[in-house]
Amino acid sequence: MRNAPSTADVAAGIRRRVFEHAMRNNGGYLSQACSAAEQLAFLYNEALTLGPSIMAMIPPPFGGVPSATNADYVTGAGYNGPFAPEYDRLFIAPAHYALVAYACLIEVGRMAPEGLEMFNRDGSSVEMIGAEHSPGMEVHNGTLGIGLSTAAGLAWGRARRGEAGEVCVFMSDGEGQEGQTWEAVQAAAHHGIGNLWALMDVNRQQCDGAMDDVMQVGDIATKLRNFGAVVAEVDAHDLDALRQAKALPHEGQPLIILANSSPTHGMEFLMRRFPRLHYVRFKSAEERDEMNVAIAAELGIEPIALEDH
Amino acid sequence: MEMVNRPYAAAFEAYAVQHPEVLCLSADLTSSCEIDGFRDRHPDQFLSLGMAEQNMLSFAGGLGLAGFRPFLHSFGVFLYRRPYDQLMASVAYPRRKVRLMGFLPGITTPGGMTHQAIEDISVMRTIPNMTVLETGDATEVESIVAEADTVDGPVYCRILRGSVPRLFDTPLRIGQMRVLAEGDDVLVVTAGITTEEAMRARTALGRAGVSVRHLHLSTHKPFDAAQIVGHAASVRHGVVTLENHLVTGGIGSMVAEALAEAGLARRLVRLGLQDTYAHGGSRPYLMRYYGLDALSLVRAVEQLTGEATGIGEEALQAARVEAVHSAVKAEAL
Repeated sequence: MRNAPSTADVAAGIRRRVFEHAMRNNGGYLSQACSAAEQLAFLYNEALTLGPSIMAMIPPPFGGVPSATNADYVTGAGYNGPFAPEYDRLFIAPAHYALVAYACLIEVGRMAPEGLEMFNRDGSSVEMIGAEHSPGMEVHNGTLGIGLSTAAGLAWGRARRGEAGEVCVFMSDGEGQEGQTWEAVQAAAHHGIGNLWALMDVNRQQCDGAMDDVMQVGDIATKLRNFGAVVAEVDAHDLDALRQAKALPHEGQPLIILANSSPTHGMEFLMRRFPRLHYVRFKSAEERDEMNVAIAAELGIEPIALEDH
Repeated sequence: MEMVNRPYAAAFEAYAVQHPEVLCLSADLTSSCEIDGFRDRHPDQFLSLGMAEQNMLSFAGGLGLAGFRPFLHSFGVFLYRRPYDQLMASVAYPRRKVRLMGFLPGITTPGGMTHQAIEDISVMRTIPNMTVLETGDATEVESIVAEADTVDGPVYCRILRGSVPRLFDTPLRIGQMRVLAEGDDVLVVTAGITTEEAMRARTALGRAGVSVRHLHLSTHKPFDAAQIVGHAASVRHGVVTLENHLVTGGIGSMVAEALAEAGLARRLVRLGLQDTYAHGGSRPYLMRYYGLDALSLVRAVEQLTGEATGIGEEALQAARVEAVHSAVKAEAL
């Protein structure tokens, strides 16, 4: 039996797995791994109180959507442990980070590496945009902005029942453009929902490019405070800073940690693509080979063995 | 005819206090949805979500995940137009036991386009996992609270407020339509406030020698197509649907689909809003203006039978509407 990995090791493992996957599949959500690896590693490896996974290490195939006739339907929540009063729940609000979240599940021993091979394959539950039935996903979040509201409702209900478990949302800064995010913060503050916290990946990037070009959101921290949240601002790649932020008291208020991240952290070679980083594709085999060598060197691994094409 | 004042207020309170998992949610329309008394007397079971319906829908999904059964109170239109995405992703898809209590359906509000839910049935019935109900009298308003809460999934209800006539003395049951008359000339299908209009028209039509078969729907989804087809097959001249809604997507469409799928050829006249928005005004004015009233129904019946009845406004105003007693059966699915 191996020793429990350090959170830094988990983060490094996430970057390596996502990089390897992107190389083998001619593209992927690389920058999300760069910005969020420490954050997801922090959540799964130490910040959250999660029970052991109750799901198969190799994810089951797609088993149908929820309906009155689909009695066997289950969500991917079981990968985060059983629904028990003492355990926390985690929503991955930007479901586009699914590849990164799956890589994290593997690194913390909740999913087999084979799970990543099923990513975005027809008939698989390991979907590209995490669905409710995808490993580690607890609710549908592919439409941005709904995660924090859902979490607030769940947290209110859990507090009402006297459950010790908290509700955590991994968010993206792009969600600050959605009005619903602000509705959720004001509601959580109004109802004193203190068992709710969020970790927001502030990478300043969105699908069209840099957020400042697409739609400026201004000073998110001040806005969140004015809406009633306790806010911490940290370097997303500094684990001790994340730990200190999580320890902030926030009784009767949601805590939102703004994790200022670099969308190329650990893979600086990607700066050549800036600001189009949302989904990295290769225009040619040469380009892929060049990136393979350069980023592998940054990650301290051998270039990924690729079949000829 | 008995008029009942605020039947929802009393029924909801009586039910909710017996069921602590039921929560009362409001979006700044608390007295408008008759739950102000409940808020004052049971503040621990009441959640004010403010004018923020998108959050309210997702929040309710989270409450459902925590094992609660939230009743959301607002005007019907505010429960699906702005928060449609949240309704889909946070409520309908995961089959949360969220009860959407939509007040002021169709043209029952003088609030005009922004306040009138004229396509809610159409929208709601196309949503997988959704159950869609509508109340037509005080008894149905009183009984819909407990009945809606039996649904294993989300449910949308069209609720009448204020002073509501009592037409029926048996409770609303999901999946059961009421057979109010069993004539054999024309089949009339109504729901909500149009049922009272059809009852008025029926009295006058009967005197004029037209035999009407009349169905009242309180369940739009699941829709009992087989029973509709059976009734349509038993009339001579055809079918008229009359709804407080656009004719597309609502009862008119549901009946048309049922007849077409069964291969039953019957003429069909669909009364309701004809591909138009409405504007603000009183309910009687709007029903007359948009052809949702008893007189419009009489003219549609004449169109099917090919014979004038001589019925005018005066005859309809003189027609008394009597409450329906349990002698008239409510058929099961």
